[in-house]
Amino acid sequence: MLELSILFPALLNGLTMGAVYALIALGLTLIYGVLHIINFAHGAALMMALYGVYYLKDSAGIDPYLALPVVIPVMFAAGYALQRGVIGRASHGKDENILLVTLGISIVLENLALFLFRSDTRTIDTPYTLSTLDIAGAMISLPKVVAFGGALVTAAVLLLIVYGTDLGRAIRACAKERQGAKLVGIDVDHVFAMSFGIGLACLGAAACFLLPAYYVNPTVGNGFVLIAFTVVVLGGMGSFSGALLGGFIIGIVESVGGLWLGESLGQIGIFLIFIAVLLFRPQGLFGAKA
Amino acid sequence: MLLEISSLRGGYKPIEVLRGITMHVDDGEIVAVLGSNGAGKSTLNNTVCGLFPAFGGEIRFEGRDITRARHTDIVAAGLIQVPEGRRVFPNLSVLENLRLGSYRRGRERREQNLEKIFALFPRLRERAEQRAGTLSGGEQQMLAIGRGLMGEPRLLILDEPSLGLSPLLVEEMFALIKRLNEDGLSILLVEQNVGQSLEIARRAYVIENGVLNFEGTPAELLANPQLKRAYLGI
Ligand SMILES: Nc1ncnc2c1ncn2[C@@H]1O[C@H](COP(=O)(O)OP(=O)(O)OP(=O)(O)O)[C@@H](O)[C@H]1O
Ligand SMILES: [Mg+2]
Repeated sequence: MLELSILFPALLNGLTMGAVYALIALGLTLIYGVLHIINFAHGAALMMALYGVYYLKDSAGIDPYLALPVVIPVMFAAGYALQRGVIGRASHGKDENILLVTLGISIVLENLALFLFRSDTRTIDTPYTLSTLDIAGAMISLPKVVAFGGALVTAAVLLLIVYGTDLGRAIRACAKERQGAKLVGIDVDHVFAMSFGIGLACLGAAACFLLPAYYVNPTVGNGFVLIAFTVVVLGGMGSFSGALLGGFIIGIVESVGGLWLGESLGQIGIFLIFIAVLLFRPQGLFGAKA
Repeated sequence: MLLEISSLRGGYKPIEVLRGITMHVDDGEIVAVLGSNGAGKSTLNNTVCGLFPAFGGEIRFEGRDITRARHTDIVAAGLIQVPEGRRVFPNLSVLENLRLGSYRRGRERREQNLEKIFALFPRLRERAEQRAGTLSGGEQQMLAIGRGLMGEPRLLILDEPSLGLSPLLVEEMFALIKRLNEDGLSILLVEQNVGQSLEIARRAYVIENGVLNFEGTPAELLANPQLKRAYLGI
């Protein structure tokens, strides 16, 4: 039997990672919901954002949290341009094509990173890297607490956009009824690109919150995209509340699973859940039956 | 002239569906467009609205050439279509659907216009928070029209608004169209319900196989035994 003194910190750690997973998965969900494709370039885009944060700190001395107002708009612009200039053009309106295009982009980005940054794993040092916070007796690393809060705030902003603005309504409208959208004067290509941009902007925020407590190398995105994909499937494809809850569940499963199986095997639990969901509840926790 | 279409050709590359259509709508008119299934009526609407490119000919709206305009600009100009099959946003609430009706046009007066739509369709107010996909067919048709009106149309194109409605609702629908027109709205009405359309229209066109085979007043159409047999079955 595990003692509460071990379990409680593990739960808290799981929650903090879970919030970041949720944020990454929300971006993936947004793109999936509108374009009906899994963005395979999601992990590579996160990796690029992490390198951005890394070099802003390493060469320009900009603190990762202060880099937010730079990284988020840059990721948004990159996403907008990528959808409008490459993915939308190359796909000719066929979902299978979009899938392959995003896969291609991820391969290009990863190799570009290998070429530019080499395969070394890098971390940054900040004054608060080793700081901890005492939460009811559990010592939690301060950057993780910030990541938790930051991811939740970003997710809240995202949901406000999606549910409270004309852009958000247009995004959801285009997801299900493109011709109707055109007939009220919505520029569908623009909305697609906005969705992609916002999806990548989430990754920009995630990168700023992650790096102080994490590391970056050219393949770091792969792990995240698998987890984010599991979160999206668990939550119900295209469901925002599902992605949020799914992120937390996966974060906790990984962290608590790590107690039994050790750090590196903790992720096994995630994939067991993935398979179980596919077997027993393929529509996910919040998804509608197909 | 509000809408002026000359020698319009269009369709779905490489198939030409519209083979030279010339017609117009004046300010304040209801103009009926009739024709059997597959004649090209919806293709005409969608080409006029900029969803499909015209192959040739010209479309003018309020004197402006919109033949190659983007659909966003056409909506912004006040040429608004309520499409066949409603095409409401099923995953959005009734209120959100209506709000999006003023996405491109009439946004400044969105709240006033919402009130007007709710006064016109009290049923929509009751169901404001309901997802549009769960509305009945008749309610969805009201919503589609409400959404179109939210864009403050100068010309409203209605594509088969009575399709799939019960006889009682069909009556109500035509009464509504007539009322909207009496309040000053110009309407291009595409219909299979020939009898009722002719009762409220000032002029009518009949399309067959992508070309016009009649234009004139309802009285003239009814005076033509051949057309009367073809479209009214009498
Ligand atoms: N997206 C499309 N791609 C290819 N052909 C199409 C497309 N939409 C319609 N057509 C064809 O164009 C022709 C005209 O169709 P259209 O929908 O304009 O007819 P309609 O007069 O509106 O008929 P209905 O009264 O049944 O609605 C038909 O032969 C149809 O098969
Ligand atoms: Mg039609």
